[in-house]
Amino acid sequence: MSVVTAAAVLIPLLPLAGWAVLGLRGGRWPARAAGWFASATVAASFAAAVTLFQALAALPAGTRSVEVDVYRWIAAGPVVIPFRLLADPLSAAMARVVAGVGTLIHIYSIGYMAGEPGFARYFAYMNLFMAAMLLLVLAGNLAVMFIGWEGVGLCSYLLIAFWFDRPAAARAGVKAFVVTRLGDVGFLLGIFAAFGVFGTLDFTTITRDAAARLALGGGAATAIALLLFLGAVGKSAQLPLYVWLPDAMEGPTPVSALIHAATMVTAGVYMIVRLHALYLRAPFALDVVAVTGAVTAIFAASAALVEPDLKRVLAYSTISQLGYMFLAVGAAAWTAGMFHLMTHAFFKALLFLAAGAVMHALGGETDMRKMGGLGRRLPRTAAAFGAGALALAGIPPLAGYFSKEQILGEVFAAGHVWLWAVGLITAGLTAFYITRAYALTFGGAGASAAGPVRGAQGGHAAGAGAPHDPPPVMWWPIAALIFLTIVMGIVLEHVIPLAPWLRPTLEAGVPRGTGSGAQAGAAGVLLPLAGIAVAASGIVLGWLVYARGAVRGQEAAGGRPEVPGPAALVKDAQTGRVPALGRLLAHRFFIEDLYAAAVVAPSRALAGWAAAFDRAVLDRAVVGVAGGIGRSGAALRRLQSGYLRHYAAFVLIGTLLILAYWMWR
Amino acid sequence: MSVPASYYLGLSAVLFAAGTAGVLVRRSALIVFMSIELMLNAVNLTLVTFARLHGSVDGQVLVFFVLVVAAAEVVVGLAIIVDVFRSRETVDVDEADALRG
Repeated sequence: MSVVTAAAVLIPLLPLAGWAVLGLRGGRWPARAAGWFASATVAASFAAAVTLFQALAALPAGTRSVEVDVYRWIAAGPVVIPFRLLADPLSAAMARVVAGVGTLIHIYSIGYMAGEPGFARYFAYMNLFMAAMLLLVLAGNLAVMFIGWEGVGLCSYLLIAFWFDRPAAARAGVKAFVVTRLGDVGFLLGIFAAFGVFGTLDFTTITRDAAARLALGGGAATAIALLLFLGAVGKSAQLPLYVWLPDAMEGPTPVSALIHAATMVTAGVYMIVRLHALYLRAPFALDVVAVTGAVTAIFAASAALVEPDLKRVLAYSTISQLGYMFLAVGAAAWTAGMFHLMTHAFFKALLFLAAGAVMHALGGETDMRKMGGLGRRLPRTAAAFGAGALALAGIPPLAGYFSKEQILGEVFAAGHVWLWAVGLITAGLTAFYITRAYALTFGGAGASAAGPVRGAQGGHAAGAGAPHDPPPVMWWPIAALIFLTIVMGIVLEHVIPLAPWLRPTLEAGVPRGTGSGAQAGAAGVLLPLAGIAVAASGIVLGWLVYARGAVRGQEAAGGRPEVPGPAALVKDAQTGRVPALGRLLAHRFFIEDLYAAAVVAPSRALAGWAAAFDRAVLDRAVVGVAGGIGRSGAALRRLQSGYLRHYAAFVLIGTLLILAYWMWR
Repeated sequence: MSVPASYYLGLSAVLFAAGTAGVLVRRSALIVFMSIELMLNAVNLTLVTFARLHGSVDGQVLVFFVLVVAAAEVVVGLAIIVDVFRSRETVDVDEADALRG
């Protein structure tokens, strides 16, 4: 058994073992022991991922794809599907990021979840999530990927509804589960269709045979690609199935950081890159992916402009950034998409952990209207959030700048000028809303209006007393993510470039070279400059409106009754009227209301009708049958007299009847 | 000359009917038990009769099986009766109606 094989099996197996141990015994351990145990299994998994990465790097470039058959899983006549893992540059790089960020967030959770009931349950779910996510990443065929795909969905549900005694959390968990299920129907149909075309679900075979089996732009290719993309839309919260992700913020903040920002929601992007050969046969599907991504990016960014809840701002930001990734893969810029996936994992995890530190300090408060001036009380948290915000806005040399510029450059080079323009505008909006979030939370002179507000997220241990920076066990993961956020862009662009590493996997991929070197000439210089200029102006504008405006509002009214903003977006103090644009944004373009009218109401009507039918017909039939059986039993029980002679007589009578039958038949 | 087979069969039928009647009408478990033995031996008589009639030993072999099983059954049955007597201080089968529905 080679190093690669052992590492590939161990990576998902270690957290799975952790889940089993914690699920069975963890409740009886001291709380911190359960947390450290869970962190240790994920850290060991990360070590295995690094080992796998190094072992693959030691191989010649052409042979860096190792299939590991764990066992023969499904064998039904001609259908044979092994439980197969695939270790190649793409999965190794992704597994390393997932396990690395997962380790940091596990350690952070030990501090964040301290004193919560269900501590061991939380870490058992987190371990199960890591196992499912790593299985999804390392899957060697679509069937195994589907196990991981559904596994992360299950864990997402369990962790969103972690505080299940709060109705909002329970509802949000169910919503996430049901909405992603809509997409999964498409995903499953796509898997079936792919099996019908290829006769196998193996990624290597599909990549090899895609060109031979699928006509370019043909119906089969387009159908498979679009069906699988439907699954990605649900899992990665793109329009129109994004509605579950903002509500998913009801879960604990580390869960939001790990599942709903860094890892699970990027599964759709990863899946498309994994099947890039298939998507290249369906240009129309790629266009759909790109347009969906671009529209989602700008839509979610504009929704984030008016959102008063800190975590939900970050949720919309995640949706928007995922839109960028889909824009990239839709333009066949696989490397750029994966690059942004990784940098986003770092800086968005950082933003969420910093937001978690704020909530930790304020006893669970997430409403930015009640915050302000926290920069002086939480200097390190403010610095962490600031670093993440600058990276998100795309300011060089932080991580987000490189990947975002690469995406925009590739999209421009691919000739999608309109989509490029949308992406550029979104970059400005991104810089604006994250500056707004920073300014409302940390900026301003006044003390936090909230003080220690308790109870919004279930009691946090550190709610009492003055707001303070997080304890070391929470701070060190944040510090590590600050470091990664600052350097990983440069590292993956220049020091250990991602593009040549992924090229063996993507060699069947992009027709015109993969790296950012594709753009040349004047555009190669002007595009990044345009991006920086847009981002900088977004930040400056946001700072002028919110940080300065906050101070003025406080001086005028002695408090902060309303989120200040551009005149077009906020409620007019005199007339109480909300301008049309602001109302549109505040209701997120009424998409949720559309769902309520078009999906939820008919479903409820159908459910009511089904319930009436159930009570009137089915229940009555069942109760009637049961009653009849009961009555016949009551009649028959008189035969059971308990007297031996009666039973003997029954035997005699029966024998005589049988004899009579045989004699006179 | 030999006795005709129908005589044996008639005797067997009488014995079987007597045994059946005993099982159905007697109250003492011991008598019921003896009646069962009577029924078994009525059947044995039939088997031997037919074996002679057909000139085959199969029926006689079967009689040995019946005897062996009957002996085993007596052992178990008497043990049960003794146990019932210990717990209820009677062997009246009409008293043992714990299985009444």
